[in-house]
Amino acid sequence: MRERFTKSTARNIFYGGSMFFILLFLVLTLGTVRALPERDHRENITPAVALGKKVWEDNNCIGCHTLLGEGAYFAPELGNVYERRGGDNGGKEFIKSWIAAMPTGVAGRRQMPAFNLSEEELNAVAEFLKWTNKIDTAGWPPNIEG
Amino acid sequence: MTYPSQAVAKPYFIAALGLFAGQIIFGLIMGLQYVIGDFLFPYIPFNVARMVHTNLLIVWLLFGFMGATYYLIPEESETELHSPLLARILFWTFLVAGALTILGYLMVPYAALAKATGNDLLPTMGREFLEQPTLTKIGIVIVALGFLYNVGMTVLKGRKTAISMVLLIGLLGLALLFLFSFYNPTNLVLDKFFWWWVVHLWVEGVWELILGAILAFILIKVTGVDREVIEKWLYVIIAMTLITGIIGTGHHYFWIGTPEYWQWLGSIFSALEPIPFFMMVVFAFNMINRRRRNHPNKAATLWALGTAVMAFLGAGVWGFMHTLAPVNYYTHGTQITAAHGHLAFFGAYAMIVMAIISYAMPLLRGHGATSGERSQKLEIWSFWLMCGAMLCITLFLTGAGILQVHLQRIAEKPVGFMDGQEQISLFYWLREWAGVVFAIGLVLYLWSFFADRKKIAAPV
Repeated sequence: MRERFTKSTARNIFYGGSMFFILLFLVLTLGTVRALPERDHRENITPAVALGKKVWEDNNCIGCHTLLGEGAYFAPELGNVYERRGGDNGGKEFIKSWIAAMPTGVAGRRQMPAFNLSEEELNAVAEFLKWTNKIDTAGWPPNIEG
Repeated sequence: MTYPSQAVAKPYFIAALGLFAGQIIFGLIMGLQYVIGDFLFPYIPFNVARMVHTNLLIVWLLFGFMGATYYLIPEESETELHSPLLARILFWTFLVAGALTILGYLMVPYAALAKATGNDLLPTMGREFLEQPTLTKIGIVIVALGFLYNVGMTVLKGRKTAISMVLLIGLLGLALLFLFSFYNPTNLVLDKFFWWWVVHLWVEGVWELILGAILAFILIKVTGVDREVIEKWLYVIIAMTLITGIIGTGHHYFWIGTPEYWQWLGSIFSALEPIPFFMMVVFAFNMINRRRRNHPNKAATLWALGTAVMAFLGAGVWGFMHTLAPVNYYTHGTQITAAHGHLAFFGAYAMIVMAIISYAMPLLRGHGATSGERSQKLEIWSFWLMCGAMLCITLFLTGAGILQVHLQRIAEKPVGFMDGQEQISLFYWLREWAGVVFAIGLVLYLWSFFADRKKIAAPV
């Protein structure tokens, strides 16, 4: 038994198996990248959406919030916040005024820092979150509360 | 210590432990912010504390991996390190860059840091775990290249063992995959898709190779079991790791805009991901049972066994718990994820680094196989305190997560995020207290280095 399953057999399984699955992963990646345009509505990425993502990153929003379920778990999910806060009926305005009103300063409550964004940047973040809301996420999150 | 150049591992280990202590302090701050929302606000907002907590984790583990490599490669290769001087230069470069980055997080607003470090030229910041300024990221690549060159040259001129080959492949993969942190497309879906190439393929891929190699090295040393047997196990375990883990990336592709077939692929392969961890448990206990000598460093042996068990629980069991797509649909992005993350990182990576430090430090300090009775006793206490506390943290966060899922996503009248958070604050308090116990365990671990040396065991 020991002779039949030698160290070199194990090594070959490692190299062969890894190679096979790396190649398979690359093929799947290619398939995904080609399928994405139908799901990520990239045609709607305007300069404002792009700026919004930059502002989102420059202020490390992911350090408290989740976006499509990824990030920190300290503050609400924002992938669907546009819809949660009114969608086409005021979603954007809500997001902008909410960010501008921070921090609330309520004692003991979790606080969102004041980021001192310009009107253009506020608008861009709202546009970015609106765009994110419309990605085809296979029906996630389960409900409006995120 | 057989080769004088192994001594370069020592500053790496010391730095790793110092940064680890920093990580835990910020963990305690964040834990408190979960229940006292405005604690330290606006001086240390939660996002800053979290960045420091997770970035210190990554950096101290990297220091630990590098120290482990510098320690074990000369012994495996049976030759001196190619350039101890380069190792020392890279140490200070990395430490200063890391410290400056952390200070940057703490002293200036993140947006100001981004501006000052050229994020407008090449935006890479502000993505979870990849918050390092672009400048720091470039520094990491340079340090990694120098490190790989140094280690690679050492292996080339000496004996090539399975352990050193696996370790090298792991480190090479770590460096190559980090390059994807420079790719940050405007399209969020693409961004997230390739972000996981760093994050998942690190911790559920190449890091496990590094873990396996270090564990195998320690087991050879403390058990005296034949190298052939141990290396065969190592190959089988890491083969299973990559066979399950690469396509297992799919469990992150359920809800970020990627096609639905990932739900099947991700579920099936990640259901298999506990296998290599289970094999690691069987392997570690098997080798200890077959040992040919009783190594005096009981603490190092305990850490090695503990790594296998806790990694299996954290990465294997807690990972599997919410990795099937229909389950993950409800648990994605909740405290369940946090519970899994804590136990998996501690069990797999923090513990393997503590295991190699426990094994190597007495030798590096010229104390022989151990630093004496008292320091062994302290370390074993610290082992049980840290492991026990981390299990409690995991269980409390799991409780918090189950309640969160129910309140926010399943209940007849789902409540908003913040309402839910207030209702589960009891679990957050319990987690914080478990965190305090964990910190005490860490203090004991550090204290063990200062325990008296009068009754030091004879060198082995």
